[in-house]
Amino acid sequence: MKKINKNSLNGFINYGIVIAAFVILQAAIGMGRLSNSLQSLLVPACCYIVMAVSLNLTVGILGELSLGHAGFMSLGAFSGIVASILLQDLVPMAPLRLALSMVVGAAAGALGGVIVGVPVLRLQGDYLAIVTLAFGQIIKNIIMVLYVGVDENGFHMAASSDHFNLSADGTAIIKGPMGAVGVTKLASFTAGFILILITLVVVQNLVNSRSGRAIMALRDNRIAAESVGINVTKYKLMAFVTSAALAGAAGTLFGLNYSSTVASKFDFNTSILVLVFVVLGGLGSIRGSIIAAALLYVLPELLRSFDIAEYRMLIYAIVLILVMLATNNEQFTALMGRVGGWFKAAGKRIAGWLKSLGRTESKGKGGTTNG
Amino acid sequence: MSFLNNVITGVSLGSIYAIIALGYTMVYGIAKMLNFAHGDVIMVGAYVCFFAMNSAGLPPVVGVLLAIVVCTALGVVIERLAYKPLRAAPSLAVLITAIGVSYLLQNGAQILWGAATKTFTPIVSTDPDARLVLIPGQLSISYVAILSIVCCVVVMAALTLFTGQTKMGKAMRACSEDKGAAQLMGINVNSTISMTFAIGSALAAVAGVLMCSAYPILSPTTGSLPGIRAFTAAVFGGIGSIPGALLGGVLLGVIETFAKAYISTDLSDAVVFAVLIIVLLVRPAGLMGKYVPEKV
Amino acid sequence: MKKKTLAAMLMAGAMCFGLLAGCSSNGGQTSNPPASDAGTQESQPANQGGGFDVVTIKVGGIGPITGDLAQYGTATQWGAQIAVDEINALNGPIRLEYDFQDDTGVTDTAVSAYNKLKDWGAQVIYGCTTTAPCVAVAAETFADRYFQLTPSASSPDVTSGKDNAFQMCFTDPGQGTAAAEYLKSTGLGSKIGVIYNNGDAYSTGIADAFIAKAKEIGLDVVATQTYPDDKTTDYTVQLTACKDAGADLVFLPIYYTPASLILAQAKQMDYAPTFFGGDGMDGMLDMDGFNKSLAEGLLLMTPFNAAGTDERTKTFVETYQAAHNILPNQFAADGYDCMYAIYEACCQLDGIADMDHEQLCDALITLFTGGDFSVDGLTGTSMKWLESGEVSKAPVVVKVVDGVYVTQ
Repeated sequence: MKKINKNSLNGFINYGIVIAAFVILQAAIGMGRLSNSLQSLLVPACCYIVMAVSLNLTVGILGELSLGHAGFMSLGAFSGIVASILLQDLVPMAPLRLALSMVVGAAAGALGGVIVGVPVLRLQGDYLAIVTLAFGQIIKNIIMVLYVGVDENGFHMAASSDHFNLSADGTAIIKGPMGAVGVTKLASFTAGFILILITLVVVQNLVNSRSGRAIMALRDNRIAAESVGINVTKYKLMAFVTSAALAGAAGTLFGLNYSSTVASKFDFNTSILVLVFVVLGGLGSIRGSIIAAALLYVLPELLRSFDIAEYRMLIYAIVLILVMLATNNEQFTALMGRVGGWFKAAGKRIAGWLKSLGRTESKGKGGTTNG
Repeated sequence: MSFLNNVITGVSLGSIYAIIALGYTMVYGIAKMLNFAHGDVIMVGAYVCFFAMNSAGLPPVVGVLLAIVVCTALGVVIERLAYKPLRAAPSLAVLITAIGVSYLLQNGAQILWGAATKTFTPIVSTDPDARLVLIPGQLSISYVAILSIVCCVVVMAALTLFTGQTKMGKAMRACSEDKGAAQLMGINVNSTISMTFAIGSALAAVAGVLMCSAYPILSPTTGSLPGIRAFTAAVFGGIGSIPGALLGGVLLGVIETFAKAYISTDLSDAVVFAVLIIVLLVRPAGLMGKYVPEKV
Repeated sequence: MKKKTLAAMLMAGAMCFGLLAGCSSNGGQTSNPPASDAGTQESQPANQGGGFDVVTIKVGGIGPITGDLAQYGTATQWGAQIAVDEINALNGPIRLEYDFQDDTGVTDTAVSAYNKLKDWGAQVIYGCTTTAPCVAVAAETFADRYFQLTPSASSPDVTSGKDNAFQMCFTDPGQGTAAAEYLKSTGLGSKIGVIYNNGDAYSTGIADAFIAKAKEIGLDVVATQTYPDDKTTDYTVQLTACKDAGADLVFLPIYYTPASLILAQAKQMDYAPTFFGGDGMDGMLDMDGFNKSLAEGLLLMTPFNAAGTDERTKTFVETYQAAHNILPNQFAADGYDCMYAIYEACCQLDGIADMDHEQLCDALITLFTGGDFSVDGLTGTSMKWLESGEVSKAPVVVKVVDGVYVTQ
């Protein structure tokens, strides 16, 4: 048996966490122990986890601040909704239709990623951030005035309602500011779970590959990386477009989870929300993104359980600030580091014990390998 | 004539963006931090002035001064409690904290002052008719717009002088260039940055009062959109450049107005941001920013 | 970095455990769902000597009470609260228990809020305040069979295809059509300009219907101008376009906040057409610090007049003002009427104590669409509902004269 590479071990732990969470939650649903409100949060939480992991690829791994991630989500949501409605008769099987729509959504996200990425990745830092912000606003503005529909004459698309000549028995899919209405809900928790797994496979393999190392080299020192022959544009674009495609798929899942979706949902605030997940989870830490997105998305909803109504968002803000302060406080991190150390030691002991169980008795001391 | 009218409208709108962007760029250029709570400090300033004038019946000048005092104090407190402990942390951590502060101020304002929109009484004149008529019936400019343009220029000149000539200003520029080196030169980096926040917040109060005088509605979320616009204007003009913030703000206002007048009111936002992207592609460091190529 | 991440996780984890613990006490109730609904309807002998059983109906409200739209959401929340207090003080056979959840004006949060109310045991859903969240929630209530009555979500998309969703306000197309017909019949305005928010379903819905109807009946619409959201501050360009086109009447199917800016800016540029607004315009005169002379001559279609002299309106306005220190607007009045509609309908149902939410939903639908049921409220008398879920009440046009509404 060879020693497992530390990175891939980390990756396996992430899969393990996601699968375990899925199994536990499914069991809880099966036993009727999960309240309606928590159940309704499962699919959007999956979407936000994928959003956070994919944004982490841009912000944490590539090291470029993006403030327009919700724009890709929006592209994915609306193209996915359109695709799902167009495919309604062709593909009667709902899960397959959802999968195809998500592919379309991912493609739309990727296309957006290329359009933004090619010209702007030569900008850096805050200038790149403002361009991504601008892009998010442009997407929102355009979808807000977009009318899309289908009738017996085919597919219609217009930028205002007076040019939108849909016949009376046609289906309007996107109606300007009203957004997409009358969407058949296809999303499910299982689909969200699978999307998270796919995201993890894509992102973790990318990060641990040759390309991933090139991307991180760009983050750590662009000039040094360039000087050893790393193609800056290629690798930057690779990370950026992958991130956009995953956001597109997450957007499709999100859009197909509600019967109506409006473009104004995917605004600056949503981009910022995802960024909060990423930073709080730790830049570059995939696991951190997953856990932070899950907990922080659910937090404001859990706050409903207390009788605080209008103080709810105030408390959320205070929690956000305190967590940021605490995690950047040396004494606190040292304390937590010690606690974490105990857990790690305990984990190692358990892992060693498990390993020794699986082996022959003569090799019983396997627990001391460094994991 | 409609062209001239549009220019006047654009410059009036732009001068409001500019006065916000000036405060923004101050903090942004020196503390190197995207202060997303700046827009909300503006909102607090406007509320303070509103209550001073409407509830306490104080004259506008006192209202403005009170707003400046409260905002400066607020800025210092925020800085002390929320940003200072993060001095050594990565800049994104501070960004998230600023977002938290922004939520806190918005929701706090709603609990304190209610969600209902208030109509701000313009500080220049309570008569909505008050304006400078250039050509009767065709061309006129409001006194608030004139005042905000004058304020912009005065603030810009004062800030340029301050950062260029005074000891504190030089310390600020040193911190902005290189914190480590500044510290070695005996500059107290911590207090310099705190000072920057105090000035930035005082400017936010002025901006809040002027903005609400020009566009007299006031609600707890009044500051969020101008905050983003100011950020855009600051980047447009070149981060950290004081004249750049003024230019960026005014141009942003003019472009927005022209986009509405000559292209489409439907897509004005998209047009504004598309222009911004194109400008940044041509001048990657903004209009007046210095492009500093990295050296090995 | 790594340690920090771990620390962040633990910190956040610890906090959420606390929250989960807080939640599970609530979850305890919900894991035993009100299967028979006996748990939620306390049948107890009335002490007041009425001799009947008191039935408590749980009404769950949804609307934005934080964020950009909070002023509208809180109005619907508070207006309904006054009705609930009045109803419960009647000591009648039906009591209402009322919980209101925040949706911040966002679709997905609204669905979460709805599910929270389901866990609470809500039997009737009141809301949402704004259109987009309401459409999403209505799809859920339709599938789960809850009766839903919205005070102010006015798009036909809210009710279309859903037999369980009803509105207390006019629909957007209905209002746009009524406005065009009113202008035609009164002959006000020979050339008409329209300024609306094309980022908002309510505003676009009215404007589209108005323009279509105007074309049909031969009104001359000379300028159509839009703006992207209600946080827009400068409307000079849009007003200039109307002025240059020679519009002597400007139709503003928008909310009062942007409208107040439009009135001020029109004054600044010496442009004084007749302004004509929809029901979203109600509330402008009550804005703290608003210069009422700006609104002089403004026409608007509103079902509610806070200066009304009838006893019920007076009491409502006084109670509302005492509690919240501002005048109620049309949103609050619609909310008040919604609660009375639910209450009066429940009073007419037999055997309500044994109904679960599905039976209650079907019974209420039958009653509402039966044709005999009507409600008198602050926003209209003998209000009835159509099969589609739309309310039928007469639109009232008022004019602002000396800072108060005068019915036209």
